[in-house]
Amino acid sequence: MLEISNLTMAYATKRGNVKAVNGVNLSLGKGEILGLVGESGCGKSATLLTLLGLVPYPGKVINGSIKFQGEDLLEKKPAEMRKIRGKDIAMIFQDPMTTLNPVFKVGEQIRESMRVHGFMETKEGNWWQRREKNKINETERVLQLMREVGISSPERRYFEYPHQFSGGMQQRAIIAIALACSAKLLLADEPTTALDVTIQAQILELLAQINQERETAIILVTHNLGMAAEFCHKIAVMYAGEIVEQGPTDEVMENPKHPYTQGLLRSIPKIGKVRQKIEPIPGTVPDLALLDETCPFYPRCNQANEACSRQRYSLRDIGAGHLVKCAIYG
Amino acid sequence: MFGVVVLVFVFMRFTPGDPVDLMMGKAGNVTQEQIDALRAQFNLDAPIYVQLYDYLKDAVHGDLGDSFKEQRPVTELINQTMPATIELSVMAVLFALVIAIPIGVYSAVKQNSLIDRLSMGVSFLGVSMPAFWLGILLILIFSVKLGIAPPQGRIGNGTGLVHVTGFYILDSLITGNWAALKSSLSHLILPGVTLGATMAAIVARVMRSSMLEVLCQDYVVLARAKGLREFTVIAKHALRNGLIPAVTVVGMEIGALLGGNMIVETVFGWPGLGRLAVNAIFNRDYPLVQGVVMFYAFVFVMANLIVDVLYTFINPKITI
Amino acid sequence: MDKMNSSQVLLNNGNNLNLISLKLFLRNQIAFFSELKGHPSALIGFIILILYILMAILAPLIAPHSPTTTDLDNRLLPPFWLEGGKSTFLLGTDVLGMDLLSRIIYGAQISLIVGFLAVGISILIGGTLGMIAGYYRGIFDQIISRLADLLLAFPFLIFAIGMMAFMGPGFLNLILALTFKGWVEFFRLVRGEVMSEKTKEYVEAANALGISKLKIMVVEILPNIIHSITVLGTLRLGYMIIMEASLSFLGLGIQPPTPAWGSMINDGRDYVMNAWWISTLPGIALLILVLSINLFGEGLRDLTDPRLKRS
Repeated sequence: MLEISNLTMAYATKRGNVKAVNGVNLSLGKGEILGLVGESGCGKSATLLTLLGLVPYPGKVINGSIKFQGEDLLEKKPAEMRKIRGKDIAMIFQDPMTTLNPVFKVGEQIRESMRVHGFMETKEGNWWQRREKNKINETERVLQLMREVGISSPERRYFEYPHQFSGGMQQRAIIAIALACSAKLLLADEPTTALDVTIQAQILELLAQINQERETAIILVTHNLGMAAEFCHKIAVMYAGEIVEQGPTDEVMENPKHPYTQGLLRSIPKIGKVRQKIEPIPGTVPDLALLDETCPFYPRCNQANEACSRQRYSLRDIGAGHLVKCAIYG
Repeated sequence: MFGVVVLVFVFMRFTPGDPVDLMMGKAGNVTQEQIDALRAQFNLDAPIYVQLYDYLKDAVHGDLGDSFKEQRPVTELINQTMPATIELSVMAVLFALVIAIPIGVYSAVKQNSLIDRLSMGVSFLGVSMPAFWLGILLILIFSVKLGIAPPQGRIGNGTGLVHVTGFYILDSLITGNWAALKSSLSHLILPGVTLGATMAAIVARVMRSSMLEVLCQDYVVLARAKGLREFTVIAKHALRNGLIPAVTVVGMEIGALLGGNMIVETVFGWPGLGRLAVNAIFNRDYPLVQGVVMFYAFVFVMANLIVDVLYTFINPKITI
Repeated sequence: MDKMNSSQVLLNNGNNLNLISLKLFLRNQIAFFSELKGHPSALIGFIILILYILMAILAPLIAPHSPTTTDLDNRLLPPFWLEGGKSTFLLGTDVLGMDLLSRIIYGAQISLIVGFLAVGISILIGGTLGMIAGYYRGIFDQIISRLADLLLAFPFLIFAIGMMAFMGPGFLNLILALTFKGWVEFFRLVRGEVMSEKTKEYVEAANALGISKLKIMVVEILPNIIHSITVLGTLRLGYMIIMEASLSFLGLGIQPPTPAWGSMINDGRDYVMNAWWISTLPGIALLILVLSINLFGEGLRDLTDPRLKRS
């Protein structure tokens, strides 16, 4: 359904092109959940925004293609792209507290995303009757959606403003917005990071439920490899704008190959173990503007050998759909 | 409000300059008896707290006393001149908002573009420009050199306008007097622009900076992600939020607008409250000045109230 | 600007406190003016303001004529570049034949003196009251804050016009009218800043060392809030100058023949038809002065407000 190949997006800065997304290849089938994992600033969110055609200024796609249902999104005109945004591909954001518009009623914000795509449009009657009929249909669907995402007493909450919602409820409303037009692909950008742990589980459960009931494909961006392992069918690990390891969840989790993935796994506390040692990955994400032709993880890598500093390696299939980009595996 | 009244009253009584002297000054041979009689007539011989008490008692009943000079009730004079001032002020605010909001929004959307730099430069000029000088400049350019707008007054001669409400625009619309409408509009334009210029400049700057802040908010990205047109994103989602600080500023600027009225009405010979006040000041017409100043304070309070209500309307987080 | 500095100094070496605080303060000022170089519009504003100040001080040397000498033979002369203009009266003359250029040059004196005095006295009154109110709070704070709110309910211009009307025109009355309400804003600023500074560690450290309250206020807190006062003061300076001109324009401020831009503009109002220069030229002088003060003030604000600096 979604086929991203060699996608490269760069910000034009005074120091030259900074590649926030560098040669990314991803594919996603109907009803699949893909986890995009990595530290902050590694290009996960930028990938999602590029998918939506909302590359933040001064970014620009300089290479690659995004095939969605057989059509290349990068070749679409802005007006065509607008018809896909919010209808076929919808996005869920990181911080629900700032994502809903504070001056509009929550229900109206959900309804707007249907309205703009004419999702519940009828064809009968004159324009006035149509308008009234649309309004009724849309409102009914909003209430139904609100129930589905777990907002209680939607008839009342429809007319409330975002500040009257709790964080978890706001995120549910945002999910309702994303579901308004029965999107085929959901882009979830760290949808639980800003929420309490108990709420996090609820939201994830809701997303899993949506995935199963509607066969909606989901790309879940997260920095939490554990969460991705629990929730996703496939996992892609990103580092400095590149995918360094990719494969079915079980394969990646049980048999991590890239030193970065191994490091991420080691830094997750394991349930049930007392006084365990959590090992952080030393160092920080490199400045994207300063990257050269060596492996971007080389300075932080605990298995680096001399060869790593000389050239970089491409993704290599090591069997069972497991791809790794590391010198150790050629 | 009450404090304002007391302050004005006490202040005016303590300042030097006796209105009776001023009134009698030109009359020549006046006896002390005549002066005392006049003082008694205007209740000036009583102790100040008695004067204040009497005044407040009457004010509550809508009686602000009689003008010393015109010998007519102050309320009548205020009523007579109020429509002119309101018409002018509304024009000024309309001009300011209609000009400033689009400019502010556009400048924010096209940040650092030529138009942004240009309009921000002009608005900086507007903030530093004294209103009376701008008025004279406009008269010089549009009345004297180009001759396209009249420099003085409220309406031309011989339009035969029937006065219904006292608002000339409204009157001419009601009576269908198009010549009068055209004339009063052309008289209104220069003073309106002069009075509104400072507000326009300030609102444009506030609008720009608040829009710049709003445009990088998450909810703007969400609006785009919904598939809305960029115009809808800006005009609906961003603007509603960006307007909130602008409304606050308009509320704060209303005081300056009222003060500006006095200046602009003097420059353009506009027969409104401001000129009434300035003339009353020069004539030391206590009750009239008192009345007008109090009325100004009243309008100021009311205007701020309206702004507060408006504020709750555009910002759902605030409730009365 | 560095708030921890003074408290560290305090703790290490309480004896030379005054001297070191003063030195730190001065060093901050110098650093500040060197920062000004990085802000071209503020620098331009500053330079023009200095030029105006020089013009006002050196007026007797620069002005080609006396500003109040009438010359009835040369009435309503246009500026030299227009037909009928004379090179002896570069910017023309007014209805009494007074040289416009000289009057504009001398007019800078009134504008600047009134502006600086009004702002200076406002800072002095508002700052002192604000400091006491903000530091001690209590009943004094309540009374003054009430009074400030009351005064704030009045539009400035209406208030000043009213005061001038009843006190009569004149230089002293003008200053009085402008400061009578002008102090309120400084009071509110200083009160708020002192209240927030008071809770900071360096003040607590000074308290712990047993330094007198007066000394804490003047030596410790004042240097930390002086920048905000300067910024507000600069922005109010332009406003006060416009206020003076407005009052003079209405005939309530400085009276002719004393050269003040506001009254000059008013004088020329009746001759707009045939002698436009009388009103326009003093207005330009006024506009440029206020503009440069505001440029300087905004620049100061950009440079001192760390919140704005980041963006």
